[in-house]
Amino acid sequence: MNERPKPDYPGKLVAVEGLDGSGKSTQIYLLHQWLKARGYRVFFSEWNSSVLVKEATRKGKKRQLLTPTTFSLIHATDFADRYERQILPLLRGGHIVLCDRYVFTSFARDAVRGCDPGWLRRMYGFATRPDITFFFRLPLETALGRILEGRPKLKYFEAGMDLGLSPDPTESFKIFQGRVLDQYIAMVDEFGFTEVDATLTVHAQQRTIRKILQERVDLAFFHKRYAQ
Amino acid sequence: MNRGKTFYHHPPGGVDPRKLSGWLLVIEGADSSGRSTHVNLLSEWLEEQGYAVAQVGLKRSTLVGAELELAKQGNVLSPRTMSLFYATDFYDQLENVIIPALRAGFVVLADRYIYTLMVRDVVRGADPEWLASLYGMALVPDAVFYLSVSMNTLVERTFQARNQLDYWESGMDCGLSRDWFQSFLLYQRKIRREFAGLGKRYGFRVVNGNRSIPALHRELVSLTRGVLENPA
Repeated sequence: MNERPKPDYPGKLVAVEGLDGSGKSTQIYLLHQWLKARGYRVFFSEWNSSVLVKEATRKGKKRQLLTPTTFSLIHATDFADRYERQILPLLRGGHIVLCDRYVFTSFARDAVRGCDPGWLRRMYGFATRPDITFFFRLPLETALGRILEGRPKLKYFEAGMDLGLSPDPTESFKIFQGRVLDQYIAMVDEFGFTEVDATLTVHAQQRTIRKILQERVDLAFFHKRYAQ
Repeated sequence: MNRGKTFYHHPPGGVDPRKLSGWLLVIEGADSSGRSTHVNLLSEWLEEQGYAVAQVGLKRSTLVGAELELAKQGNVLSPRTMSLFYATDFYDQLENVIIPALRAGFVVLADRYIYTLMVRDVVRGADPEWLASLYGMALVPDAVFYLSVSMNTLVERTFQARNQLDYWESGMDCGLSRDWFQSFLLYQRKIRREFAGLGKRYGFRVVNGNRSIPALHRELVSLTRGVLENPA
């Protein structure tokens, strides 16, 4: 993926990345609504959502069977399934594809879990680089505050409990998220992320990303050819 | 006997190769080459000799074994998805069965290993370097015995075992021929060619698998004895 071969498809790939609580899912949802309403060919895909491997992931998480290696592999399997059946064919068919999390999520989380960064990058080497990767950046404390203020029951892997950072889920979550954030920041230059200030209002952020999208993508090309 | 182990590229996180003793013996070979029979015979022999044995194979992981079997029924996953699914199955067994067994000084008998997985994928167009990296955390076995059988033997044993051809063993997903028998021959020849290449790269010990079960067993016993008695 680092070599950046020129894409041989007419579509455009837009990904959002960031910590839990950074608001990226809200932003890509709003972007999706807007593009749909304007009549563009657009498709939305979510991390860890393919039907086929969902069951195995669920079982593995519930029974805590996963090691960092198999945790990473099962997500890669899920991604490959979505990538080869949806994302790539849609790009080749001339769509805008919006991804809520992309391979960078694995690069960040799995590296924190101890997977070798080179191994991760080679494994995902088949995945094309997004045309725009929005990185929703905000201070760790703010992200933690947004997630933790509702006093949620954190899930085992979500809190990074498998790393043995702390026996307390909230404490473990804080340390884990801090390390994930460090990984994201280190990738900003490596993969050319477009940073978005996630401390701004939802509306202001949305205005910014719509503007960037319009500047970098010839949206007219993506108008539906046939009225529905 | 604690001589440690090596990994092709690097060990999975948290694994200290120096703490691994025991032996990992792999039996590779085409479907119907007699692998499973010999794994069982060898396992019995090892236990008679006083070695504790653990067996592993493909699609046997607790994590995804059942899901893989299900996915195969439908033939709906892309080749790369299958690769990664099998890799998940492999690493689950590596980390949860093979490595703990070696720490405890067992002999681990593997009915197929990463080589079968790589060969199948290469035949389906996967990049060998991508596969080598994917399986870079695999443990280097103490020995790989490759059962080499002629096409005639393979055809005969396949029909003896099941009276019919299997979709995957005939490589029907590869679009080589719509004729099952023709596809089986073409596919198995490709597999053999790839195995021959890998055998050189990974140092297989090629064993003539066309012989009778007792004759082949005797040879495998003698080779195994050599591995157990002469630490590398």
